[in-house]
Amino acid sequence: MNARELPTRSAAVRWAQRLAPLAVGLVVLGAWEWAVRHWEVEPYVVPAPSQVLATLRERWSELAPAWAVTLRTMGLALTAAAVSGALLAALFASSRWVAASLFPYAIVLQVTPLVAIAPLLALWLRSRFEWVHLICAWIVAFFPVLSNTVAGLRSADRAHHDLFTLYGASPWARLRLLLAPSALPYFLAGLRIAGNLSLVGAVVAEFVTGAVGDESGLASLILGSQMRLDTPMVFAALTLVSLTGIAVYFALGLLSYLLLRRWHDSALPR
Amino acid sequence: MIELGDVTKTFPNGTRAVDGVSLRVAAGEFVSLLGPSGCGKSTLLRITAGLAPPTSGTVAAPWLNGGRDAGGQLGYVFQQPTLLPWSSVSSNVYLPLRLAGRRRRDAAPLVDAALEMVGLSDFRRARPRELSGGMQMRVSVARALVGQPTALLLDEPFAALDEITRNRIDDDLLKLWTQQRWAAVFVTHSVYEAVYLSTRVLVMSPRPGRIIDEIAIDLPQPRTPAVRGLPRFAELCERVSAALAAGMEATANA
Repeated sequence: MNARELPTRSAAVRWAQRLAPLAVGLVVLGAWEWAVRHWEVEPYVVPAPSQVLATLRERWSELAPAWAVTLRTMGLALTAAAVSGALLAALFASSRWVAASLFPYAIVLQVTPLVAIAPLLALWLRSRFEWVHLICAWIVAFFPVLSNTVAGLRSADRAHHDLFTLYGASPWARLRLLLAPSALPYFLAGLRIAGNLSLVGAVVAEFVTGAVGDESGLASLILGSQMRLDTPMVFAALTLVSLTGIAVYFALGLLSYLLLRRWHDSALPR
Repeated sequence: MIELGDVTKTFPNGTRAVDGVSLRVAAGEFVSLLGPSGCGKSTLLRITAGLAPPTSGTVAAPWLNGGRDAGGQLGYVFQQPTLLPWSSVSSNVYLPLRLAGRRRRDAAPLVDAALEMVGLSDFRRARPRELSGGMQMRVSVARALVGQPTALLLDEPFAALDEITRNRIDDDLLKLWTQQRWAAVFVTHSVYEAVYLSTRVLVMSPRPGRIIDEIAIDLPQPRTPAVRGLPRFAELCERVSAALAAGMEATANA
């Protein structure tokens, strides 16, 4: 035996680590199922996981359209947040004056509670709810993209800046070939936060406006079901919200990995 | 080709880095600036490159006359490889040409030739972090030479490398200089490196940096590693070391 062994992680350990969250979930669900059955809890108080699953299956025709609406709001808001956040960050990076003049207002936008803005937006937009939801989701998702990208654009290496100065780079070439790639890891980290915030934003906005009708998403479904004490439906809708959040988080993580794996420390194996 | 007249550099915090330095470098010369760390030799190089303005004094060099493609005249090798980590080796070498507005297809022969020069033709698709420190530095040299500059400025380029690797890169650099004869200004704190590579060594004092001695290196050309074994090499090293030590002492007594 060597006196000191380097810690090596076998494939088995790595797989165990990946499956650990799944195991935790199964144990919790099992305990929940058992508890509901054991104490005979009424479904309108707490439904058992098996009932939630059954609701998901049997009432999919109600859930699917609502899910699609929420997904669309989230997707559009996230896209808008990514584009506007990156463009505004580039504008900030191009001029200290612009950055200093506008950044406080970006913060104001960020700290104003969504529940206060949403009714106002509903008033101003004359109840075009899909726009209200979209703007709300965008407002919360846009700030992490902006602030992260600004930090990323400023993080470009000094020696690299010298290199570009030395070879007479135009501002546009500097932005495209130096600043943008330097900011990419930061932008992607911001996008990962924005992904889930846009989901939260979409759901909260629906709650606040209390939109009902054809164009209503998962939150409206939850509100309506709550009023009818249809708790299994509330849980089914919440399950979809959670699954969406987890999927978006991992999808954006994968995107980040694919874009950075050849050069950035964050995406390299240790 | 390069001419500095009475250049002084004082930083905003009051530190005087360079004090009244005048020097001339003719085309095809290999001049080393040798001095202890913190003596302002890197600052002097940055001023020469146009990366920083002098506080007073004059700087004349072809690339300082303005114009966008003036950069083509000059190659610069930094202390660190300073490669773009997201770009492949060949894209990194292509960068100066790209910034000068050359199209990739037109520039490809020059990029290939530069990589060939430093012996890295097989690594054009690699990312910088996949290379060793020595190889990264070679890419950096290829990038500095790809535009076929008339002058090359090197800022302690191989200081971070181990001695064996450094000697090999020095040999390669010397070979390239013998073939291409750009003017070189080489900043270093290694006496042996300065004597081995240069046609002339300028010795600087500790901060504020001044040039306190100038020693012509009359070793035979073209130089080969065997030069390191010549008695004249040892003699010159001793002479340069003595000048360096005299500068240190004078400052300590002042």
